[in-house]
Amino acid sequence: MSVSRIGAIGAIALSGALALSACASENPAPAASASSGGTSGASAADCFSGDLKAEGSTAQKNAIDEAIKAYQTACANANIDYQPTGSGAGIKQFIAKQVDFAGSDSALKTVPKDGKVEATDAKNACGSDAWNLPMVTGPIAIAYNVKGVDKLVLNAEVAAKIFDGKITTWNDPAIAALNKGVTLPATPIKVFFRSDESGTTENFTKYLHAAAPSAWTYDPAKKWTGQGEGKEKSAGVATATKGQDGGITYVELSYAQQNQLPMAQIDNGSGPVELTPEAAGKTIATAKQTGTGNDLALKIDYATKEAGAYPIVLVTYEIVCSKYADAETGKKVKSFLKSFSSDAVQKSLTSLGYAPLPTEVATKVQSAVNAIS
Amino acid sequence: MSTVTGVSATDDPPGPDGRTPLRGVSASTGRLGDRLFGGAATVSGVIVIATVTLIAVFLIVQAVPALRDNQASFFTSREWAPGGDTPRFGIVEFLWTTVAASTMAMIIAVPFGVAVALFLTQYAPLWMRGPAAALVDLLAAVPSIVYGLWGLITFAPFFKPIQGWLENTLGWIPLFSPTGISGGTILFIGLVLSIMVLPIVTALSREVFAQTPLAHKEGALALGATRWEMIRTAVLPFGRPGVISAAMLALGRALGETIAVTFLVSSLPDGAAWTWSLFNGGETFASKIANNAAEFSNPNKTGAYIAAGLVLFVLTFIVNSIARIVIERRKAFTE
Repeated sequence: MSVSRIGAIGAIALSGALALSACASENPAPAASASSGGTSGASAADCFSGDLKAEGSTAQKNAIDEAIKAYQTACANANIDYQPTGSGAGIKQFIAKQVDFAGSDSALKTVPKDGKVEATDAKNACGSDAWNLPMVTGPIAIAYNVKGVDKLVLNAEVAAKIFDGKITTWNDPAIAALNKGVTLPATPIKVFFRSDESGTTENFTKYLHAAAPSAWTYDPAKKWTGQGEGKEKSAGVATATKGQDGGITYVELSYAQQNQLPMAQIDNGSGPVELTPEAAGKTIATAKQTGTGNDLALKIDYATKEAGAYPIVLVTYEIVCSKYADAETGKKVKSFLKSFSSDAVQKSLTSLGYAPLPTEVATKVQSAVNAIS
Repeated sequence: MSTVTGVSATDDPPGPDGRTPLRGVSASTGRLGDRLFGGAATVSGVIVIATVTLIAVFLIVQAVPALRDNQASFFTSREWAPGGDTPRFGIVEFLWTTVAASTMAMIIAVPFGVAVALFLTQYAPLWMRGPAAALVDLLAAVPSIVYGLWGLITFAPFFKPIQGWLENTLGWIPLFSPTGISGGTILFIGLVLSIMVLPIVTALSREVFAQTPLAHKEGALALGATRWEMIRTAVLPFGRPGVISAAMLALGRALGETIAVTFLVSSLPDGAAWTWSLFNGGETFASKIANNAAEFSNPNKTGAYIAAGLVLFVLTFIVNSIARIVIERRKAFTE
């Protein structure tokens, strides 16, 4: 993890912000971003005292930090430790019973990978079913920097062609057709991609592949498969785009906001949609549940045509045991996740560039959390 | 008759000026000191050798299984897709970027560093030598992350137009042919690296130049040499082994530099056309490993990166060995 620590030093040096985290999807939001504090869902009666250990996805690091802060405001004796080591590492530790729950960018896999089935292993480790609970969702922005263009509409097809190097200038007829009335310059398009393997890349390519299968023929992966110029982590691509006229990249909402990069609106077939947490939530709401019962693994419909839905989103899960071998641990996990999934905490995540869970999903998550024992 | 541990009383007889001689009792620390110091030195030496050996063994042990599964040629393939069922990875791209950027850094830093050292020891007025040397040494103390940030925020925008001009003017030379990469090119990385290693070259060269025997210098001047001729005939030959070892030390740092490079470098997408251009992007060994360390999800994948690390280890080792050989051979001529 020394890399991310180094990233943190960079972030501090850059912005002077006190956010001491830097991960694949870190969000160097100023420390001032308000915590929802004592108003969170944890009432004093739910409090536990002692340690709770979790590990996993870097994408939800800032969200879970915020949730921990909120929880500890109410429950001063609770000590919750989340190590952002990556989804794979989190699941591995969860199966090895080293942590109480895991954070992951994707639900436990039910098909064999490298000779192992994650879902089965997790079930064996728990001695009960393991559940995927969607907890944090984050929209991915297509951020660009073109002189004189403040508003840009793209659809999956055109975006896929841009990121695959098929469309090379900003005044290409395909872009112009989506942006009537906008004067597009002849500037060459410079695509910036994440040079590290990242869940953001995976989700973005999932979107391109699902919504424009003929234009984006590569399999979605953590490693970039399109064209362009690679930069290190979210901060790297955002900085590079900001410094390059004609630049375009895909990056988490918070990075686009902090770098004041304009974000493309996405036309999913029912008109252009601007990136807002609500628009992203709409896509989550249309997702299909692939798990059964309280296992809330979701399959996002990236090709959704729902009006007003922003389709490029990423969902991260907390992976928990439905019934913990140690009842005390179960109580701790339940208490913390109850607070995390509460409306108050979910709303407070908006300021960090995440999107709150849409009501329908949040209700399901809350009832699943209640069923943990 | 002297001992290892102290100055014997017999080394320092009373001089003509009537000084009292060293007292034998306090001058020697005796056999115990001998044993302690000798033992400590031996242990330190053994630990260092053991550490280096163990690192090499670790790298090899971790790398071999991954290398065995590799479906592509490790030394000639440009693909990098470790892990999975059919891992395919090769290092040729990292090797080129690493070597090209480091060579660029050397081409710039060594002559410049030697010139600075000569100025500080031969030309600068006496009052200036100390403070100026301290300033140069201070450059060496700047953490590499700072160079990375400075390169990214300040130097890159400044260099971009220069690079554009070079591409337009000298683009017909394959080394300078234009590519689509906007910043973080091999040339740019080389420039930043050269600034990073400059103080190493300067500091070490300055030390050796300053030790040029006065007799050599005065002899040259007495024979009618100009100052430049004196430097060429007395200072430079005397300092050559020092300069070479300084350059190799600097090259070692340039090859392995991680943070600043990771910050600055522009990596290439899969299947990008091969070009010799210095204006192309690409990742070095160190930046590739650092950038992806968070996603070492299975031993096979980790092994691939460790194999790349092993190549860097061997590369650095070779560079240092060459430096040793050169210095040994040069010594014979200068002494």
